[in-house]
Amino acid sequence: MVSPNPQTAGSTPSATTGTSSSQTLPDAVIRLAGNSQDGIQTIGGFLARIAGRSDQDVMTYMTIPSTISGGPSIFQVRMGTGEILSEGDQTDFLVAFYQHSYEAHKSSLRDGGVLIYDSDNVKPDPTERRYTHVPVPITTNTIEAVGGTGKDKGKNMFVFGLIGRVFNLNIVKLHNLVRERFGGRSEDIVRNALMAVDAGYAHPVENLLGHLYRFEANDRAGRNPQVTLDGNTALAYGLIAAGVRYGAAYPITPWTSIMELLRSELPKYGGTFVQAEDELSAISMALGFAYSGHLAVTGSSGPGLSLKMEALGWAVMAEMPLIIINVQRGGPSTGLPTNEEQSDLMQAIYGSHGDAPRVVLAPKDVEDCFYIALEAGRIARAYSTPVIILTDQALATRIEAFDEPNLAKFMVEPKLDLTPRPADFKPYPLDRITHHAPPGTVMESGVYPTATGLEHDEMGHPTGNPALHQKMTAKRREKLKRLGEELPRPLIHGADEGDILLVSWGSTFGPVREASNRLNASGEATGHIHLRHLHPLPPGLERVFARYRQVFVVEINDQGLYGFGQLAMLLRARYANPAIRSITKSDGLGYKTREVVEGVHRLKGAASASVSAFPDDTHS
Amino acid sequence: MSNSLPAAPLAQPGNQRAPLTKKALTSDHPTWCPGCGDFAVLASFYRVLERLQYPQESIVTFAGIGCSSRFPYFVNTHGGHYLHGRSLPFAAGISLSRDDLHVFVFGGDGDGYSIGGNHLVHTARKNVNLTYVIMDNFVYGLTKKQTSPTSPIGFKSKTDPTGAMDQPINPMRTLLNSGATFIARSHATQVNHMIEMMERAARHKGFSVVEILSECVEFYEGAFDAANPRKGGAFPVIELKKNDGTPEDALRHDPADELAAYRLAHEAWPGKFGVFYEINRPTKNELEAGLVARTREKTKNANDLALLQSSFARLR
Ligand SMILES: Cc1ncc(C[n+]2csc(CCOP(=O)(O)OP(=O)(O)O)c2C)c(N)n1
Ligand code: SF4
Ligand SMILES: [Mg+2]
Repeated sequence: MVSPNPQTAGSTPSATTGTSSSQTLPDAVIRLAGNSQDGIQTIGGFLARIAGRSDQDVMTYMTIPSTISGGPSIFQVRMGTGEILSEGDQTDFLVAFYQHSYEAHKSSLRDGGVLIYDSDNVKPDPTERRYTHVPVPITTNTIEAVGGTGKDKGKNMFVFGLIGRVFNLNIVKLHNLVRERFGGRSEDIVRNALMAVDAGYAHPVENLLGHLYRFEANDRAGRNPQVTLDGNTALAYGLIAAGVRYGAAYPITPWTSIMELLRSELPKYGGTFVQAEDELSAISMALGFAYSGHLAVTGSSGPGLSLKMEALGWAVMAEMPLIIINVQRGGPSTGLPTNEEQSDLMQAIYGSHGDAPRVVLAPKDVEDCFYIALEAGRIARAYSTPVIILTDQALATRIEAFDEPNLAKFMVEPKLDLTPRPADFKPYPLDRITHHAPPGTVMESGVYPTATGLEHDEMGHPTGNPALHQKMTAKRREKLKRLGEELPRPLIHGADEGDILLVSWGSTFGPVREASNRLNASGEATGHIHLRHLHPLPPGLERVFARYRQVFVVEINDQGLYGFGQLAMLLRARYANPAIRSITKSDGLGYKTREVVEGVHRLKGAASASVSAFPDDTHS
Repeated sequence: MSNSLPAAPLAQPGNQRAPLTKKALTSDHPTWCPGCGDFAVLASFYRVLERLQYPQESIVTFAGIGCSSRFPYFVNTHGGHYLHGRSLPFAAGISLSRDDLHVFVFGGDGDGYSIGGNHLVHTARKNVNLTYVIMDNFVYGLTKKQTSPTSPIGFKSKTDPTGAMDQPINPMRTLLNSGATFIARSHATQVNHMIEMMERAARHKGFSVVEILSECVEFYEGAFDAANPRKGGAFPVIELKKNDGTPEDALRHDPADELAAYRLAHEAWPGKFGVFYEINRPTKNELEAGLVARTREKTKNANDLALLQSSFARLR
């Protein structure tokens, strides 16, 4: 289905936008800079939703203020027609609410960009000629539209309307969003918000801009309508689609919104999500759900994942299916709790004690957060194994639009298998994958199984027999090697052999893909592969790597003592290929496409193991 | 409880089944030291299950780590051996997602009051429907004689060779403070009393605990002689109120009286045995089931696919 609604301006009396002098854009990066209490998150969310509904692609990015009471905050929306892979290196349109917003963010504007500012609060540098100045008395106009009380509350709605005019957005869609959002509140609130939107939409901003803009039409014929959501929401609904009905966790940013959503959603499906007293309890309770025959989930962020490690070892030993989500943030310790980092890869793959193989997956974008949950559920069930999903702070909070999943096709019906087990049932057979008999199951042998963290024989009896420990360790390893062999080979994007291959995992997908496109466009043939399955790795990588003279792994973590980021270190160990080197950084932010391109250029000419996206990060 | 799960078979006291006997319930031979108090707890538990006659497949025995926590290996039911101190949240997961099961958790004083102390409080506070039996020997048995949270001051252990110096916890006071809705105390040499306490605990709706003084003959011999009549001690039993209006009844213990229970907990060693406390409070199992029922009513029992489709429709 495509939206039947080509953008039509002027559909209400207040909309006087002409369409004659519009400049068509493929996409635009709009940064709203103000204080968090101004409700700029709301404008950003509205714009993202409008983009989704208008069949545009969209990606948002926001900073969360570090104090609860608010403070300077930004929300950035990149919307447009093509595939949007990153939040954008530079800002095309900056909306500055205050002098401090202007000072802090003017440098993000590209040459020839547009600065829209509240002329009641901002005095820009009169000598600056790099971008177009568009003064709008946002505060005064909002007061005029809705009265004095509206000054602080309504400014965001005025700006929403103003942006609607700048980009020729459909005013009816703007109105609908406002009604949906505030519909549950009093009529006054809805009316004031609509008046503020209309006032913004009526502001003749084209007089200062010279013209208005519109996005290229997007042909999405035959595709599902788009949904617009953040990564944590996509992951939570993905879990439900995967058949997860039970879970337990302890709150920690940025994981918390998943547990909040599941707490209110799962009872609809007859399940429950329990807030446990700590992470040790949370994973234990989730394992109790799993032992009882349900596909269950627990989740956390960095420090909480560390607390779950002992129980993860039990899940490996007892061979319990379980989904564990880790929304990575800057670490170690409390670190940068509201920033982005990919520094938990080693913890996810090797954390815990003993030889404890488990599965680790990472989603590449918001849409993939939904599908990775299905993949985790499939693997956990089929292989009786804990599966860790490594997402991160940026994916958790950013909003993207994507085709609504075909739920009828993907939805997994949870099944509790209590069919009596035959007399020859073995809980831990050496020649097959373990599939537990949950409690409630009649054992026809009359012998009831014990799930155990002690090394055990095929019947689950504890044993210290050296040969059995060797065999059982191999059993737990071999099943995951088998999974590795069954995984799809990653596709190469761009040049399929030659000088440089870029490797990404998790949320670095977008900027690395964009960087490879940019490099190819400028005549530097570059390949790109993205790894979704990190442990076990998919088959065929050895041969892919062998086709390039240099293999650069791009990740948001530190180069460590030996000069390699975490995935690069693993790939080098696994493939013993000295061509594998590292581009890393740890500034708590996602990669700009430019940073990846520059990293490639610097590493190409260097003899070092790695380059930091921050070349001056050491004091030499 | 769930619309998406097939109804689990309900526990029907075995109509055409052969009665559940000690023979069917016996599994691996216990690995405890000869004379260990835990043997008697196990023997009493078989008798409790014989009395309760739950279907064998609906009984779950779980434990943490310790000598006492080996228990599930010796009971032929579904069960498991989990981590040191974390068996309660695990068992809560079983209980909360499977109302058809009867969940029993076993463990020691270190497992329950030290490493698992926080879980004890929260499982009790939530009133998760399960029965917890603590085999308290005032010492760490499995790891061979270290000080436990219940070791008395002066007890010479390998970690306190000159005598324990830290104030021990008072288990009964700790349990009362946890919010458990059934709390009893027994002694491993008193088999009939143990059977009675464990059976009452199993029949209680909510989080029930039985603290059993169970001697570690290897590392703390004679610890509980003061309450063992065969060793010259006394085994004073709490008499519960009969509400018969007699003058004697005024002196009997009202298990719903929390303050009276605290007074019992503070009696001088060896104190009294029996039911200290018992009240009815909604279980988390009931509260969660109520939430599901109300939510499902609001969504008019829509099926899973329709529910998820409507969530996505709101994201368009
Ligand atoms: C995380 C962890 N820490 C420590 C241990 C070692 N450990 C096993 S049992 C135990 C103490 C057991 O004492 P208690 O719970 O009183 O049981 P008992 O052996 O006395 O029955 C300890 C410290 C462990 N297994 N796991
Ligand atoms: S060490 Fe003590 S608690 Fe452990 S089995 Fe022997 S007597 Fe029992
Ligand atoms: Mg002990």
